[in-house]
Amino acid sequence: MKRIAVFWLVVGVIGWALLPWYLTEGGFWRFGWLADMSGTNISALGAALTGKPWLWLPALGFVGAALSLGLARSQLATARGLFASGTAGLALLMGQALLIGTRYGVWEAENPGIGAGAFVTAAALLFIATTGISGLGKGRGDAFVTGLVGAIVALVAIFVFFPLTFILVRAFELKGGGGLGFGEFLPRFLSSNIWGIGCITGGGSCGPAINSFLLGLSTAAGTTIMGLMFALIFTRTDFRAKKLLRVLTVLPIITPPFVIGLALILLFGRAGTITEFFSWAFGWEKTRWLYGFHGVWLAQMLSFTPIAFLVLIGVVEGVSPSMEEASQTLDANRWQTFRYVSFPLMRPGLANAFLLGFIESIADFGNPLVLGGNFNVLSTEIYFAIVGTIADPAQAAILSITLLTFTLTAFLAQRFWVGKKNYATVTGKADSGRHAALNPVLRWTAYLLALPWAFFTMVLYALIIFGSFVKLWGYDHTFTFEHYLRGFKIVVRNGVHFTGAAWDSYFTTLTISAIAAPLTAAVGLATAYLLVRQKFTGKDAFEFSTMLSFAIPGTVIGVAYIMAFNFPPIELTGTGLILIIVFIFRNMPVGVRGGIAAMSQLDRSLDEASIMLGANSATTLRRVILPLMGPAILAALTYSFVRAITSVSAVIFLVSARHNMATSFIVGRVENGEYGIAIAYASVLIVTMLTVIIAMQLVIGRRTLRRADRIEAH
Amino acid sequence: MNKTLTLGAVVLTAGLGASTAMAQSLNVVCSNEQAWCDLMAQNFEIETGIDVAIVRKSTGETLAQIRAEAGNPKVDVWWGGTGDPHLIAASEDLTVPSGVDVSGQLGWSQSMTEMSGGKAVGVHVGLLGIIYNTEVLAEKGLEPPACWRDLAKPEYEGEIQVANPKSSGTAYTELATLVQLFGEDEGFKLLADIGRNVNQYTKSGSAPGKATARGENTIGIGFMHDMVNLKKQGFPVEIVAPCEGTGYEVGAVSIINGTPNMDSAKKWVEYVISAPAQSAGLEVGVFNIPSNPDASTDPDAPDMAAVKLIDYDFATYGASDTRARLLDRWEAEVKGAGGVVEE
Repeated sequence: MKRIAVFWLVVGVIGWALLPWYLTEGGFWRFGWLADMSGTNISALGAALTGKPWLWLPALGFVGAALSLGLARSQLATARGLFASGTAGLALLMGQALLIGTRYGVWEAENPGIGAGAFVTAAALLFIATTGISGLGKGRGDAFVTGLVGAIVALVAIFVFFPLTFILVRAFELKGGGGLGFGEFLPRFLSSNIWGIGCITGGGSCGPAINSFLLGLSTAAGTTIMGLMFALIFTRTDFRAKKLLRVLTVLPIITPPFVIGLALILLFGRAGTITEFFSWAFGWEKTRWLYGFHGVWLAQMLSFTPIAFLVLIGVVEGVSPSMEEASQTLDANRWQTFRYVSFPLMRPGLANAFLLGFIESIADFGNPLVLGGNFNVLSTEIYFAIVGTIADPAQAAILSITLLTFTLTAFLAQRFWVGKKNYATVTGKADSGRHAALNPVLRWTAYLLALPWAFFTMVLYALIIFGSFVKLWGYDHTFTFEHYLRGFKIVVRNGVHFTGAAWDSYFTTLTISAIAAPLTAAVGLATAYLLVRQKFTGKDAFEFSTMLSFAIPGTVIGVAYIMAFNFPPIELTGTGLILIIVFIFRNMPVGVRGGIAAMSQLDRSLDEASIMLGANSATTLRRVILPLMGPAILAALTYSFVRAITSVSAVIFLVSARHNMATSFIVGRVENGEYGIAIAYASVLIVTMLTVIIAMQLVIGRRTLRRADRIEAH
Repeated sequence: MNKTLTLGAVVLTAGLGASTAMAQSLNVVCSNEQAWCDLMAQNFEIETGIDVAIVRKSTGETLAQIRAEAGNPKVDVWWGGTGDPHLIAASEDLTVPSGVDVSGQLGWSQSMTEMSGGKAVGVHVGLLGIIYNTEVLAEKGLEPPACWRDLAKPEYEGEIQVANPKSSGTAYTELATLVQLFGEDEGFKLLADIGRNVNQYTKSGSAPGKATARGENTIGIGFMHDMVNLKKQGFPVEIVAPCEGTGYEVGAVSIINGTPNMDSAKKWVEYVISAPAQSAGLEVGVFNIPSNPDASTDPDAPDMAAVKLIDYDFATYGASDTRARLLDRWEAEVKGAGGVVEE
């Protein structure tokens, strides 16, 4: 404990005394500040000596820590001292950053946005405090565990709670600028404009809350079933074209928004190909059935089934064949084995898939916008409460709270269903049976549901590729390369010049996503590890708080981020970093869910064995747990990379002229009716992402759970 | 212990990137079509040598962003898009007077500038019109509409699409136009009658035109320059200027309050109202009417002289309280009156 504390003490003092405390011109990594360490590049020590005395405050934490290390007589006293001085230092640092400055106006003084020095100091103080906590015996006395909890709690607090308070507090705004109060909140929150149930009782249409709820349930149920069917085909049958199927199940998640909606309109819209065919063949009337609940649901099924599949495949694969063999040895037939052994063991996966499907569906923005018709859901209502002809942030905040209520309910329901049972089947014991094959009824059900769905997806994508090569999709089908040339032209003359309109945003998007993906996966899986393997107070609240940013519509997050991070102490707007951060904290929950599902299958005895052999928890995590988590890591990496490329609602507000993203470019073109170039760009993105995913799959590879994964012959 | 340090090191490295400051140049938010945004920025750079970073966002999104950034803006200039949000920004002091000379501009551009206290300079005009799909109309054996009142005919039941004025500035312009043409009570009655024929109130103002072009819908209401664009792309559509007269929007350019680049921003405003800058719009299919009388226009673009125009009262109908009142009335009398035939 002492060595770690001393290390962080040294790091912290360096950060406070030498590194530039505030934002530096040109960025930290250009090292321009090394040449001139005064002016805006001044360190806290320098500034404290020259007119900013409040910068002495954070250093008090280091003084306290040094005293506890040097003077305290017992281990326990040192630990208490470290905890107290770390926490006090952090509080002083945050206090001076928030209260002194021009924004919150307690004490007006020049106190610009914090930079590298402040960041290092804060991190050091945090780790000094957590090291102290571990010294008090918490987290099994493991500084790694307490440090990890501390780091994640701090990150979630800064990048989820801090911005969200800015927007949620507006729900309590009184009309006419009368400050805040509860007086108007309840009537507005419970208003029939939100909760109307006219569509059920038969008197008109429902409120957006009811619509979102029903849509979320249908989508979650549908995607979980489809995801399970695909997972079963993959792991429990000898279906031949598994590879092709795998690609098809990934395609929809890597499709930029609006594209699936557009393709569906061209197939099933009033003037769509299939509608025209039925009208011609059977004389059916051409209707606009697609615009509304059915269309949105169909598009969401296409978009989100792969997420359920990604969560479920790891879980279905992990169910131990020995259990299935044992069941069959005890004379159970295949159906009974599935129903009473395999299926119950898949519960954590099913529950997590359902939860993700539900949350994705109610927070989805692109599909309802394109196909919603007069079917209003919360996410679109929130968007237009912010950007509509009358901006009503209070209404947006109230609708967001409604949405969060649903998320919380779904989360609790999921916890209740999974319960406290033990789902570990990967135990490290000899485990070399064969997976039970599916009984014929179930096998054929899986085939009948999944294969037409796969075929449908294929048709849709063929159509999208086709659309990018024709002049005017739907009307003039002359073959042309024009759309690709406009977006991705390269001139080779005196070097290579990327002259196409799309190159800029393409490179930015790839860079930002490539940086965000591993960080997202790391934060997500680390959180999952803490949740599954460690015990600490406030764990449930911690778990829910990591889901928050995912459940809130991107529009709200986007505006909240501007409100929180456009002003000192943390000034990030207009940079690429704010995009990276928003992606990490928005997509982290998928890593968390996938990680939890996969980790709850790993028997604790594996960890215990490792710990008994003298490894600490960090080594155990790296050498024992991580290698068994291959699919979960892959899923987290893939998903966060892809989501960073395809997400749209949060980035609309955060993209800046210097850092434009592909989706915002595509949406602009779609709004302008230039579908050709939008689809061409989308196709390029799809191919790029597919390449990356396949490459990642090759690198990370499959985990070896047992000598061979075999499936019993039919 | 080593792992603990590694963890810390990773956190530190990731965080140190935080100290990235921005380079100085002109940051422009553009609410026009992407191609038009890019072309204008490129020409401006060639002309003035000032480095421009441009990003396209819709007017609603831009207004929400500059509101949230008020006091410490990251944007210098906001160019394009309908005038109403520019006027709102001006009234909330989110923008500052540019002090640019507009005496050489057309009358509506000057009055826009005057109305906003010099904060929003009018750059183009877009006329409101009706679009119909010739193929679908013929298939259903319907007569094409010629006037606003025609849209209330019962045979158009389920054939008309228009945006929701609560989310779309285009649709609000239509609402305000009908109120100004027929008087408030009569106007709302007509809107409710038309409402009985509407199959969907779309979120976006340009959606009805696009749906009509693709045959997803029969008759749509929107801005004519968008419709000309659709027609030129090859869709089977015709455009109608309503016989009673029609309303219009004035697009604008504004400088954001608190910009550190006032001089460059002013140059941008001067440039976008110059004739050569506006004439360049022809290269990328811009069909609205430019504010500079010397700028060249496309022969297919709507012609203000050939269309009967109302005297649109931006001061009254752009004001927040009128807007809130009319939209509440719309919710109760038009949307609430039902008539949306498909759920």
